[in-house]
Amino acid sequence: MARRATPEVNAGSMADIAFLLLIFFLVTTTIEKDKGIARQLPPDEEIEDPPIIKQKNLFIVSVNKDDQLLVEDELMKVGDLREAAIKFLDNGGGVGKEACSYCKGARDPKSSDNPDKAVISVQNDRLTSYSMYITVQNELVAAYNFLRNRESQRLFGWKFTEVKQAIDEGSFNGNEDDAQDKLERIQKLFPLKLSEAEPKKSGQ
Amino acid sequence: MSKFKKKKGGEIPAVNTASLPDIVFMLLFFFMVVTVLRDNNLLVQNTLPKADQLEKLKKDRSVFIYAGKPSARYKDKYGTEGKIQIGDKFTDISNVKFALTEAREALRPELQDKVMIALKVDEETKTGLVTDIKQQLRDLNMLKIIYITAPGDPTDQ
Repeated sequence: MARRATPEVNAGSMADIAFLLLIFFLVTTTIEKDKGIARQLPPDEEIEDPPIIKQKNLFIVSVNKDDQLLVEDELMKVGDLREAAIKFLDNGGGVGKEACSYCKGARDPKSSDNPDKAVISVQNDRLTSYSMYITVQNELVAAYNFLRNRESQRLFGWKFTEVKQAIDEGSFNGNEDDAQDKLERIQKLFPLKLSEAEPKKSGQ
Repeated sequence: MSKFKKKKGGEIPAVNTASLPDIVFMLLFFFMVVTVLRDNNLLVQNTLPKADQLEKLKKDRSVFIYAGKPSARYKDKYGTEGKIQIGDKFTDISNVKFALTEAREALRPELQDKVMIALKVDEETKTGLVTDIKQQLRDLNMLKIIYITAPGDPTDQ
């Protein structure tokens, strides 16, 4: 007897099955996009004799439990914090050895000597909301980024944040080591000096 | 002569759909490859605060800490105070060190000393909880942290 040929499998519903799977994966996919504000914590050790910081080199930002902002003993809106921080960092009021050649600020002798000396101190209440905390941090980092961008624009003709991001993503074309050196030079001009005081207990 | 009869004009031929499964399969494979199934089951509310001065997170060397109020279906059991979640379970502040050491050991050995702690904290949490976590991290000497945020302008609310 002649062998009967096996009938062909009907592939008409293949598209339907594939569509079903496709929709499943479409729905479950979350393309991860985690980004944030990076920070280095200070190591946990006792400092024997802490350096004395002059009052004028200190920029005190405190936030109370109702998310109100007090900057240098004055109430301030969050929107104005960036401007105030830039003004403080860029002041360059120092003379002689402490003069700042690249600062474009008011050179007020009552404000910071130079960006290397200037310290921003943030004090939170334990009941401050996290979104306020992040907003304050974000504004202060933005102030630093603004000044760093300005200097790198002046010295090298590109923006600090853009080049840094390109290197991080691996999409920088050009001499990476050279750019890395230049980034470090800019960071030395405006070192990120943010100090966080131990938060107060509420109501104190 | 019927042989040379003109075709009945006007009718558009049907589109050939034979390659449709191929196209769909191509898309399917693309999504299968890029899909990352959530590895952490979130037990806390997690609406991230907004910020615009952002850096990218290096995924292979990071350990996630979540914090916030317990989400709706755990409210009865755990209350509404801010809680910390590491991995798949709630962790007490005194247990954070242990959980983190464990999480660090799960990373690739050459990256273990470059570990970065990614803090995913709900925007309504109190800062005190975050401060406690940071103190634990300092004790453990894991000093690199990143506050994960959503992109956006934080000052307009």
